[in-house]
Amino acid sequence: MSSVRVLVGTRKGAFILTSDGKRQDWKVDGPHFAGWEIYHMKGSPVDPNRIYASQTSGWFGQLLQCSTNGGKSWEQPGVKPEDATPSWPPAKSNRFLYDVSPETGKPLTTHQWYDGTQHPWEFKRVWHLEPSLTDAETVYAGVEDAALFRSTDGGKNWHELAGLRGHGTGPNWQPGAGGMCLHTIILDPADPGRIYIAISAAGAFRTDDGGVTWKPINKGLVSNMIPNPTAEIGHCVHHVAMSPARPGVLFMQKHWDVMRSDDAGDSWREVSGNLPTDFGFAIDVHAHEPETLYVVPITSDSLHYPPEGKLRVYRSKTGGNEWEPLTQGLPQQDCYVNVLRDAMAVDSLDKCGVYFGTTGGQVYASADAGDNWQPIVRDLPGVLSIEVQTLA
Amino acid sequence: MSADTNDVLRSVRIVLPYHLRNLAHVGTEVALTVVEPVTMRRVLDALEAAYPMLRGTIREYETGQRRAFLRFFACEEDWSHEPVDAELPRSVIEGKEPLLVIGAIAGG
Repeated sequence: MSSVRVLVGTRKGAFILTSDGKRQDWKVDGPHFAGWEIYHMKGSPVDPNRIYASQTSGWFGQLLQCSTNGGKSWEQPGVKPEDATPSWPPAKSNRFLYDVSPETGKPLTTHQWYDGTQHPWEFKRVWHLEPSLTDAETVYAGVEDAALFRSTDGGKNWHELAGLRGHGTGPNWQPGAGGMCLHTIILDPADPGRIYIAISAAGAFRTDDGGVTWKPINKGLVSNMIPNPTAEIGHCVHHVAMSPARPGVLFMQKHWDVMRSDDAGDSWREVSGNLPTDFGFAIDVHAHEPETLYVVPITSDSLHYPPEGKLRVYRSKTGGNEWEPLTQGLPQQDCYVNVLRDAMAVDSLDKCGVYFGTTGGQVYASADAGDNWQPIVRDLPGVLSIEVQTLA
Repeated sequence: MSADTNDVLRSVRIVLPYHLRNLAHVGTEVALTVVEPVTMRRVLDALEAAYPMLRGTIREYETGQRRAFLRFFACEEDWSHEPVDAELPRSVIEGKEPLLVIGAIAGG
């Protein structure tokens, strides 16, 4: 019988929630890495028991963890005791080194700082891990300050795909309030060379050659908080989602506005429609119905909680514009939590399960595509990310 | 670090903060063999060699500098800003006192 495993990253550790295919009774396992911020965990589609986790701390820095047994035990790739070396500097595992100019040895580029001056790239943390669709040893990491890294040896060594920062607009990127983070990575299942990424607050970008060259894909986005609202870059994209069943059709939750692209990001149009507010962070697409999508409207950029204190997921079955509130089982009064950009996911069972986590520590699940919800767990630390694995 | 016959070996005690103890799967205190002269650099080199999972968590990977929110205390004195090649206090060298790695106090 099928089962599901929900990987929950929180501000104080990781939790793994498991259930059978009915998705009514849940086992909560954790915290793993208690006390550490777990920005993201994700399992390999090739080997679901291999799970990568981003473990980070303001005190102790960034660590990568990997499990090969579905989260029962963890180790830092390449940092087994037998890998010990007696002197500084250490081996390259767990290091995220930005590329430098091969001619000068100096930083490849700088980016715009809050005061308008140019600022060097400084690694802070890994926001998102995206395992390869075809190779369990290959995994991508989206980091702050914004860059994309790839490991082809299970996380032991990381190399920047520097064409992203180096394609020309890098000096104009600038951090959003949450930092300048590369938070979204989408691998195209139909085209191994095509990758989409998104950065706050630079926008969305695409490569068609496996990460060598990149181009901004922000045409049609309108952001009134930047000097040129339709600029090529500078948009605060909060998240992008794509149905694996229909590559090339993308849905975006921007700072404000829910957007849609039918041409792999070459152009976008707004599909906010009748949403009560089109500000938000999370967005995802139904596993089997590529025109069905989900968002969690948040009041505004000043008020990071649901309108009227009512936690409502909105579902569109028409690819946007026409939205219906989903409230059954969700708190409809006095609810002032947020749902962060990576904190929503779907399973691939029939009916499609939908999951999201809140900054208040609740993880909600719907086993019927959003019609009814139940809390799996109510009192975790603030949830940073949710991923779901559908297991045979 | 390999030692030759003329080296003087010392057993140095280090107290790690809670999260690093968990990361290294050790108790409150670890003992490390360090060749004299016993300096901060040599102690941390020995610590990271024995517990490679701690690499990067106390010193920055690229610069080798102490991470900003950590401090080194020894014999009731703050050694965080002392040169890394300065010899540590005699009591630490002789194992009478531990070297303390301390995380800055913060709430939340």
